[in-house]
Amino acid sequence: MNDLPVPHLVTGVRRETADTVSITLAPAGAEALEPFAPGQFAMVYAFGVGEIPVSVSRIGRRELVHTVRAVGAVSAALCALRPGARVGLRGPFGTGWELERARGRDVVVVAGGIGLAPLRPLVLAALDTRRAHGRLNLLIGARTREDLPYADQVRAWAHSHGALHCGATVDRPSPGWWGHVGLVTTLLNEARFVPENSTAYVCGPEVMIRATARDLLHRGVRADRIRVSLERNMRCATGHCGHCQLGGVLLCRDGPVIGWDRAASLLDVREL
Amino acid sequence: MTKNPAAGVLDRDGLSALVEVLIARGRTVIGPTVRDGAIVLAEITSADDLPFGWGTQVEAGRYRLVPRTDGAVFAHTAGPQSWKTFLHPPRERLWSAERAQDGTLSVTGDDSGQPSYAFLGVRPCDLRAITIQDRVLAGGRYPDQGYRERRTGAFLVAAECTEPGATCFCVSMGGGPAADSGFDLALTEVLDGAGHRFLVRSGSEAGQEILADLPHRPADAATRDAARVAVDEARDRMGRAMPPVDLRTLMGESLEADRWDDVAARCLTCGNCTMVCPTCFCTTTEEVTDLTGDHAERWQRWDSCFDVDFSHLHGGPVRASSRSRYRQWLTHKLSTWYEQFGSSGCVGCGRCVTWCPVGIDITEEARALHDERAGRLRHEQRKETEQ
Ligand code: SF4
Ligand code: SF4
Repeated sequence: MNDLPVPHLVTGVRRETADTVSITLAPAGAEALEPFAPGQFAMVYAFGVGEIPVSVSRIGRRELVHTVRAVGAVSAALCALRPGARVGLRGPFGTGWELERARGRDVVVVAGGIGLAPLRPLVLAALDTRRAHGRLNLLIGARTREDLPYADQVRAWAHSHGALHCGATVDRPSPGWWGHVGLVTTLLNEARFVPENSTAYVCGPEVMIRATARDLLHRGVRADRIRVSLERNMRCATGHCGHCQLGGVLLCRDGPVIGWDRAASLLDVREL
Repeated sequence: MTKNPAAGVLDRDGLSALVEVLIARGRTVIGPTVRDGAIVLAEITSADDLPFGWGTQVEAGRYRLVPRTDGAVFAHTAGPQSWKTFLHPPRERLWSAERAQDGTLSVTGDDSGQPSYAFLGVRPCDLRAITIQDRVLAGGRYPDQGYRERRTGAFLVAAECTEPGATCFCVSMGGGPAADSGFDLALTEVLDGAGHRFLVRSGSEAGQEILADLPHRPADAATRDAARVAVDEARDRMGRAMPPVDLRTLMGESLEADRWDDVAARCLTCGNCTMVCPTCFCTTTEEVTDLTGDHAERWQRWDSCFDVDFSHLHGGPVRASSRSRYRQWLTHKLSTWYEQFGSSGCVGCGRCVTWCPVGIDITEEARALHDERAGRLRHEQRKETEQ
């Protein structure tokens, strides 16, 4: 259903960082949404407050997890929900990461802060289909250790030395920090990938996306194989409200995930 | 279009009968009326409500009603509204939500039923604007159901244009004063020694059927000729023109032009141009709750890319400057609309020029951008030959 929000029950709430919460949602009645693909988003409706786009951060059989940062009235209301509360969901909307594009190639996933949220289902899917592609890298940057979502899982990944090469870095280290210090792009030096035969997936603040994509491009990753997820204001998610325009791109319909070949020139223009 | 469009000639009584027949068939008839010193589209109950004997004088930032001695009814140019007021209303309820005592949430859509409209006097530029909004609102993956219902239920009576205004430039946008398709009936007003009459053509089965119900006489050669001449002459009397260049490329190559600063210094970012534009479709949403707090409604209303909150993202606007907001509007109309919806977003109706309080003229801005780009190219060529 894409017109009307489908009621969902909050079955779990988990605080990720000081201003970020993951909520687990299950259909409250018989009606359920179509399955989501990693990278897609839902419009989440907080009764009496409003509706915002939130990408899916875990895709379960019946349940979906959305990770929300409290930056406005609706997101603050969603972050304050307790188990048993109800929200409305519309979706799935938008383009996904499309892991199939990495078939037979090394995979480089680069996340900035809460940008890890939409990338988590991609990483989990890649771990599930390990044989379909080459080496798998997950590089995460955050301002501080306290700004790193899914900290336990990230730490476990970083210390597993298994199928996944995972590195994490912060701008400002705090006592007990186990990872690197510096920009996320410095982690590319240790990542295990052949640039000419890699597909990259990048999400985070726009400055971080720009720096990462340029670095990857410089190393030899093809522009159309650098997939970035962009964000703009969105009211409808169905291509009618005009708010998510970025030049000729309607991000709710043509995005949020687009190739760097298309994104580069758009992000070059100030205030586009 | 039907294979054998029927044609005929209506006199003033025939026009009255048209309104009566449409109302008798349960339609809400909307047409031009005189109100508050302007031609305003409103519900009419008889042909007497139409603006007989009124014309308009327009210029950039200026609009005046002027009486006419010939009694013409369709001799006015585009007013401050367009048909989108009815097809894509300024405010619309999207859904209602209830929260029960046990916390359960239920959401219901608005199925109050859509009016069955007949639009009388749709200009060819506005016919095009309607097909453009059709692609935006009903043509994508998620059609707007309310729009679709109102649109498919609407009966369109076009009025070919015989009196273009000083701000009109439909011809340079690939349109024109003639109505070729997309209507149920098309009228062409003829005023000559043989009297005040309307050549009427059907463009659909529904139109043919209505025409059969109207007192009319067969279309004679003299009326056909007079109608053709009036429309042909209108084509040559457009008040303005877009520069004859590929506007898509022009906009794409002008994103960093200095002209945006020039227009930004004049633009009040009032958003009038977006409100009057027949293709502008942007909306925002509002949540409305009642006093109990257990009933909420989601409303959609028109929004404007000139509003600073339009691009709000995490605590601030993406387009903070008026420069970037005017650029967004113009590049969307003339260029990025193609990528998004497969056509230009401008039909050359001239409304944005007429209703801009400071008289900013879209054709003049496009020309200035063109001149600036030409200057830039000349400069680059000179530099190249010098090297
Ligand atoms: S941009 Fe101006 S001239 Fe073009 S369709 Fe809109 S209002 Fe009419
Ligand atoms: S161009 Fe004119 S009508 Fe449009 S926002 Fe600026 S001042 Fe208002």
